Amino acid sequence: MTSGSITRDRPGANHPAARNAGAAFRQVVRAEWIKFASVRGWVIGMIVAALLILLFGVFLAGNASIGCGPTLSGAACLPKIPIGPGGEAVTDSFYFARQPLSGNGSLTVRVTSLTTMIAAGGGQASPVGQGPRNPLANMRKGVEPWAKAGIIIAASTRQGSAYAAIMVTASYGVRMQYNYVHDTAGLPGRVSPAAPRWLRLTRNGNVISGYDSADGKHWLLVGTASLAGLPGTVQAGPFATSPIYNKVQPFFGGASIQSGPSQATAVMDDITRNGRWPAASWTGDDIGGRGNTPGTGVGYFRQSGGTMSISGSGDIAPVVPGPGSFYPTTSIEQPLMTIFIGLIAVVVVAAMFFTAEYRRGLIRITLAATPNRACVLAAKAVVAASAAFVAALVASVIAVSLGVSRMHAEGQFVLPVSTLTEVRVLVGTAAMVAVTAVLAVAVGAIMRRSAAAVTTAIVVIVLPFLLSVAVLPANAANWVLRLTPAAGFAVEQSIPNYPQVTSIVSPAGGTYPLSPWAGFGVLCLWVAAALVLATVLLRRRDA
Amino acid sequence: MTATMDALRAEWLKLRTVSSSPWLMAGVVALTVGVGAAVMAANKCPAGTGCLEDTTKLSLTGTQFGQAVVAILAVLPVCDEYSTGMIRVTLAAIPRRPAVLAAKAAIIGGLALVAGGVAILGSLLAARLVLPGQGAYAADGFRALSLADNSTLRAAAGSVLYLGLVALFSTGLAALIRDSAVTIGVVFGALYLFPIVAAFVANPVWHRRLERYSPMAGLNIQATTGLKDLAVGPWAGLGVLAIWAAVALLAGGLTMALRDA
Repeated sequence: MTSGSITRDRPGANHPAARNAGAAFRQVVRAEWIKFASVRGWVIGMIVAALLILLFGVFLAGNASIGCGPTLSGAACLPKIPIGPGGEAVTDSFYFARQPLSGNGSLTVRVTSLTTMIAAGGGQASPVGQGPRNPLANMRKGVEPWAKAGIIIAASTRQGSAYAAIMVTASYGVRMQYNYVHDTAGLPGRVSPAAPRWLRLTRNGNVISGYDSADGKHWLLVGTASLAGLPGTVQAGPFATSPIYNKVQPFFGGASIQSGPSQATAVMDDITRNGRWPAASWTGDDIGGRGNTPGTGVGYFRQSGGTMSISGSGDIAPVVPGPGSFYPTTSIEQPLMTIFIGLIAVVVVAAMFFTAEYRRGLIRITLAATPNRACVLAAKAVVAASAAFVAALVASVIAVSLGVSRMHAEGQFVLPVSTLTEVRVLVGTAAMVAVTAVLAVAVGAIMRRSAAAVTTAIVVIVLPFLLSVAVLPANAANWVLRLTPAAGFAVEQSIPNYPQVTSIVSPAGGTYPLSPWAGFGVLCLWVAAALVLATVLLRRRDA
Repeated sequence: MTATMDALRAEWLKLRTVSSSPWLMAGVVALTVGVGAAVMAANKCPAGTGCLEDTTKLSLTGTQFGQAVVAILAVLPVCDEYSTGMIRVTLAAIPRRPAVLAAKAAIIGGLALVAGGVAILGSLLAARLVLPGQGAYAADGFRALSLADNSTLRAAAGSVLYLGLVALFSTGLAALIRDSAVTIGVVFGALYLFPIVAAFVANPVWHRRLERYSPMAGLNIQATTGLKDLAVGPWAGLGVLAIWAAVALLAGGLTMALRDA
């Protein structure tokens, strides 16, 4: 490639050739579109891809039935799942020592210890209502990293109500959390009698500010929460809770998950109230019904002098999908988990879209008509991507709407998401298929032979997916899904991996190690690299 | 008899003189051994409890990937004849069309068995080298993989047969479909669809069905522990794949006999 060819290919924006280049490119796209649409097999191939996505999606949605125990399935496994202020499914179970607070005011405590107990020997989480009589008897000391205790201001005692809380945690220092999904770090380190933590929440209108201090004199603002529609009188006071703990033991060819309830107990003193607190004493409340589901079912608070010890189990956090989550839920992208089947058909069509030119010698006519070879590649990529996008979008939209209603009909709990997220999942999935089609076109241009091109494209995207879903242990699988083009499948994930919830990242459970757009970005980088290589080879090699 | 020998000799000559065949056979070995070694290196025995997992099966994981190259090795000789027009010469020389497919299948199956044999032996050798470094110690009850062990011998020999059957299955589909790209798409779809869909289907009835009737049920031949929990037994699983291969060859043979080349 000479520098002369670069200036010829990329005229300045104001140059008349730039305007002509746009029109010329549209012509090439049109020519390629005519080629694509006039080969019956390719159009049928795209329709087959759409049908495969649709049929397998609906099949999967109808057969992803959850189970708990040998006989129960579907709705019978599900407790009532509360919905948080943002519309997301949440876990809202904790022990609450509360008093009403009228109008503005503040609450300050000193936390001197936080201890956690976990179910002895692991053991599976009991199905709802089937736990042992006295769960604490079977528990031993252990660490559940997200065990938490502190003070909370909640709109009401109803599950899923708006709240803001500042707390100490077993392993993540002081945190300010509000409305289930928000989490900000404060002072690091473990709390102990030698290193106590002072916590303060201040209400001012709808705004709640959280502060922490290591000495009770120097205070730092951890965060502020604006809770829309907070009533005049709120419930405020100390709380304690501790989530289901998960211990993942990787072994040859898989992983075993031990899980069970855990219990957090905290000791607090120096409880100071400012503002109007009409009640004379603290009222203990099992939020989440009797038994703080999910959890040990045990919660209490005891006061002696100015010291309060409070103990609870459960969690205040969003519900996540996947193994290790207490609630056996499913998510809207469940019908899209089999998208790779449609992807194989798309890859075959898109690769042949380029390789067929070589087989028939048509490439020489194409390049005679359009000497700018990069332009031909770009036009083919645009046509293949558009066809794949439309096929995948139509199939995904129908698969998800039919699939979700089928999952509802089966009594499954589909984790609710905002319309925006649903659009992202559907459009993102279609975009992932479209970008994969571009990858196949580029590989077709590099390989020139259909068999080699189809194989390469399938091997780089579908096999890593298989490897990570069905073969590798979790941590190796996560590296595969970070580095290979299969990272693009992450765009399907509708519920984010919340850092404040210990979830087990596993693609079979619908969670990916990278965030949706980051995963899509990794796929795009691979496609960009393939396009660059294809352009260079197209220019260098004789057709 | 001589006609059959001639057909075999002709197919052997064609396959032997195509430059891609040895490369693809090397690819089968490299991918099988490489992926197997990588998967073993990515796993560690949990400390104390020992390697109670199925290390034989684990060491042969690469078969799931080597089979992709075996499929290509099988698809190309058939589909290339159609794309170049060579098939018309072949059929003019040997007008008995089923004999042509049978000869092709025999030669391709033989090559797959040879490549598969080397690949499986290589995987077992890799296991002997890699596993001890991953915490698999004799003290914890781990026995080094050896072909003298009946179940390991069955797993190894069965895996070679498995790759041979994958080659036959692909040959049949290639004669049925004729286009290399589409055939490879269909073969990969048929092989990999079942295990991935099964991973997502929680419904136990369908999960079992998908595991039992899948072409990859043939890989149950690699299991040496937990045989009771398999959806279909080791040899029966290989039988399932044999049925898939037989149906594909039959469909391919009929298409060849009935349709113009």
